[in-house]
Amino acid sequence: MIASNRLKNQHLLWRAAFGPMAENAASLDNISQKDLWKLLLKTSSKEPQKIGVAQNLVDGLYKGVKDIVDIQKAEMNQDQKQMNAQQKKKMRQQYREELKNLNLMWLDEMINSEAQLREKMSLFWHGHFACRVINSFFQQELLHTIRTNSLGNFGELLRTVSKSPSMLQFLNNQQNRKKKPNENFAREVMELFTMGRGNYTEQDVKEAARAFTGWGFNLQGEFVFRKQFHDTESKTFLGKTGNFDGDDILTILLENRQTAYYITKKIYRYFVNENIDEEKLQWLSNRFYTSKYDIKNLLTDIYTSDWFYSDKNIGTKIKSPVELLVGMRRLLPLEMDNENAQLLFQKVLGQILFYPPNVAGWPGGKNWIDSSTLMVRLQIPKVLTANESISIRPKNDDDINMGQVMEEEVRIKKNKMYTERGGTASIKWDMVNTIFEKMSRENLAQMIQDTVLQTHSRIPVTVLNKYIVSDSRENFIKSAIINLMSTPEYQVC
Amino acid sequence: MVIKRKEFLQVGLLATATLMLPKFLKAFESKNIVPPGNKVVVVIQFSGGNDGLNTVIPVRNDIYYRERPRLGITKEKALVLTDEVGLNPALVAFKSLYDDGSLGILNSVGYPNPDRSHFRSMDIWQSASDSKDYVNSGWLGRYLDAQCKGCDKPTQALEIDDMLSLALKGDERKGLAFKDPRRLYSSSNEKFYKDINSTHESSEETVDYLYKTMSETLSSADYIFRQSQLHPTSQVYPNSELGKNLKTISSLIQSDINTKVYYVSIGSFDTHTNQDAQQKRLFTELNDAINAFTTDLKRNNRFQDVLMMTFSEFGRRVSQNASNGTDHGTANNMFFISGGLKEKGLLNPLPDLTDLNDGDLKHKVDFKNVYATVLNKWLGSDDKMILGKKYEHLKFI
Repeated sequence: MIASNRLKNQHLLWRAAFGPMAENAASLDNISQKDLWKLLLKTSSKEPQKIGVAQNLVDGLYKGVKDIVDIQKAEMNQDQKQMNAQQKKKMRQQYREELKNLNLMWLDEMINSEAQLREKMSLFWHGHFACRVINSFFQQELLHTIRTNSLGNFGELLRTVSKSPSMLQFLNNQQNRKKKPNENFAREVMELFTMGRGNYTEQDVKEAARAFTGWGFNLQGEFVFRKQFHDTESKTFLGKTGNFDGDDILTILLENRQTAYYITKKIYRYFVNENIDEEKLQWLSNRFYTSKYDIKNLLTDIYTSDWFYSDKNIGTKIKSPVELLVGMRRLLPLEMDNENAQLLFQKVLGQILFYPPNVAGWPGGKNWIDSSTLMVRLQIPKVLTANESISIRPKNDDDINMGQVMEEEVRIKKNKMYTERGGTASIKWDMVNTIFEKMSRENLAQMIQDTVLQTHSRIPVTVLNKYIVSDSRENFIKSAIINLMSTPEYQVC
Repeated sequence: MVIKRKEFLQVGLLATATLMLPKFLKAFESKNIVPPGNKVVVVIQFSGGNDGLNTVIPVRNDIYYRERPRLGITKEKALVLTDEVGLNPALVAFKSLYDDGSLGILNSVGYPNPDRSHFRSMDIWQSASDSKDYVNSGWLGRYLDAQCKGCDKPTQALEIDDMLSLALKGDERKGLAFKDPRRLYSSSNEKFYKDINSTHESSEETVDYLYKTMSETLSSADYIFRQSQLHPTSQVYPNSELGKNLKTISSLIQSDINTKVYYVSIGSFDTHTNQDAQQKRLFTELNDAINAFTTDLKRNNRFQDVLMMTFSEFGRRVSQNASNGTDHGTANNMFFISGGLKEKGLLNPLPDLTDLNDGDLKHKVDFKNVYATVLNKWLGSDDKMILGKKYEHLKFI
């Protein structure tokens, strides 16, 4: 089967962006993939606006750093453990609230921004540079760094992220000092951010950690090089010897072709196919290295190639929870009564923005799927559109909740039945209908399947017809879309 | 001919399961029904980091009382096990289990380079990885991988929860999570799912994978619901979360279901402030539920076959904090409850409070030794393959 032009364009939009939107889904028959790609580049060319959530920046920042200092003090000296519990609780509540806003506002960008490519790449880097700290100001700044550099130069992105308070705090580099090195930061930079495992020795990790000593941040949340903690003696790293500092280590890592290979491989698996075509990967990775890590070049190589649009690469990737929810909302423009329902879905489906499971990020692919998550995925369209409720109770996360868990639990118990409403939404169906305006009734079902699904596998018309409400054209479209979105086929793109 | 109700139901459910399998999967279907009398593990997770030192209390240790002027539990209040050791006052049923030789206590269980983040440490416990490794599968999930290559339903490991824990996710197979068999049954009993499932033909590999998962879920929902109806227990359980969950487990243990592992959680034990009240409330819930569950199992002669084990992602620091609570610590104790224990009571010495690591307990037993023991000696599986390494077995079972 040769994929139609429309299918190929939808393929590009699902992988490089968050899927077709109601407003443009009808115009995908005639444009070429190369032109569509140019359009994606153009609409993402502007600098992003910072998503600001930290209420009182200066205050929030001060409290954030003070918190860390206090914890460190407390750890060093039990007697000084006088942190006001009430104050700490309040601060954490504020952080949690702000992270929730950051989550929802970024989700909004993914749904509505024209800079689709940038937001999609940012989501990728958000998982690559996975960071789990509660300080909302730090997270907000890291996200801005990522969104600003997501299509730029990987080396630049790596350097800025490595110097962000978020990452330095998360990977304990504030505690990395000469004669008392903490290897966490160095290890993860090598294992997860650049080369990948098996390409260096334990000794290389130790030496890199020595080079990163002194990297930290100050009370204003700015990167500082604390000279007094830096190990100035000679280090031998990946066969090179010198009085290296952190920047030297990153330079050596970027000079190593393995870094280009590792990053390209991750991008290939994420955007093209989990099953690697080694030859294509080598070609891409060599060009990425030669371009000095130009991300836009690499993506252009992928999205303007013929093989990207070959059959085996279409309709094979399991959408992440965020991709699923955003994709749905792009095709079905809607107003949600309860925006927080989106957080509940993220939680039960296993991808809460800003709370990656660990520094390795979300493993993706089949890891998204188990009985529970699949059944919830299949129910979401009906919950969003038909006011059906769903009863799920997400697991507690003590890192996020701290002492508050108790109160929540008690509150939950007070309700006779803890039925979390998925939230109702009103969908602008008239906008959805315009996609199919020109379609005759007999071709309508086929056209809707072609618009909603990316797979060869289709729902047999005889089956679908049983569930379609055909008393009006609008109801026909409505019920067909909702049912098609409730299928295993819709989980992939 | 008289067909017993139970057999009739089983015939019925096999028939239904067959009907629901999509065509391309029928080849994998197997008709094994696991023989009764088989060994079962019930894992009880204490979420949030339970304070082990106020659970199994060193009632003659001056350091303990010095470091916990407000939180220390006196010998008079504790439930005395030996001269040196007492149990938290809320764990009355555990004391009786200790007295009749069905309780084992393993102290100082942990792992090298402990992590103090709840999420990370729980990951390490559930995946059975070293603290520097990130593993995307759980120890019980990999047990499924090893044990159930040809199984048609993921019912060998069940979690009583709305979401499936990493512990039960294998590389190939995954356990199944549900809160209530009836609700699972009704939510998956949608005609639409059954229709698309039965007409699906082999297609893209990932789509087939999703259909396989859906199909297994639908047939398991049916199977679990019917099994749970076979022998509804007559035991009275407390109306708590854990009480209800253990009741569900009991009704399944007494059926002919092929489940080997049950997983359930209670929490949150994250007692940074006002620890006493919170731990007491949770332990009372635990105690009453375990009391009903063990009574139930004994009455039905299954207590020999069932092993309960408890764990938490970490223990807490030796010293109390300024808010009448305790902060995140390291090593902790585990309980084992069964009528089939080979060693009972205190399986090893209490933690040495004179030999601390920066105010934290040092671990003496790696939790992976416990897993290896349970996997090998109780579940009869290849622990080395599942854990990726040979760990010495303990002797309590």
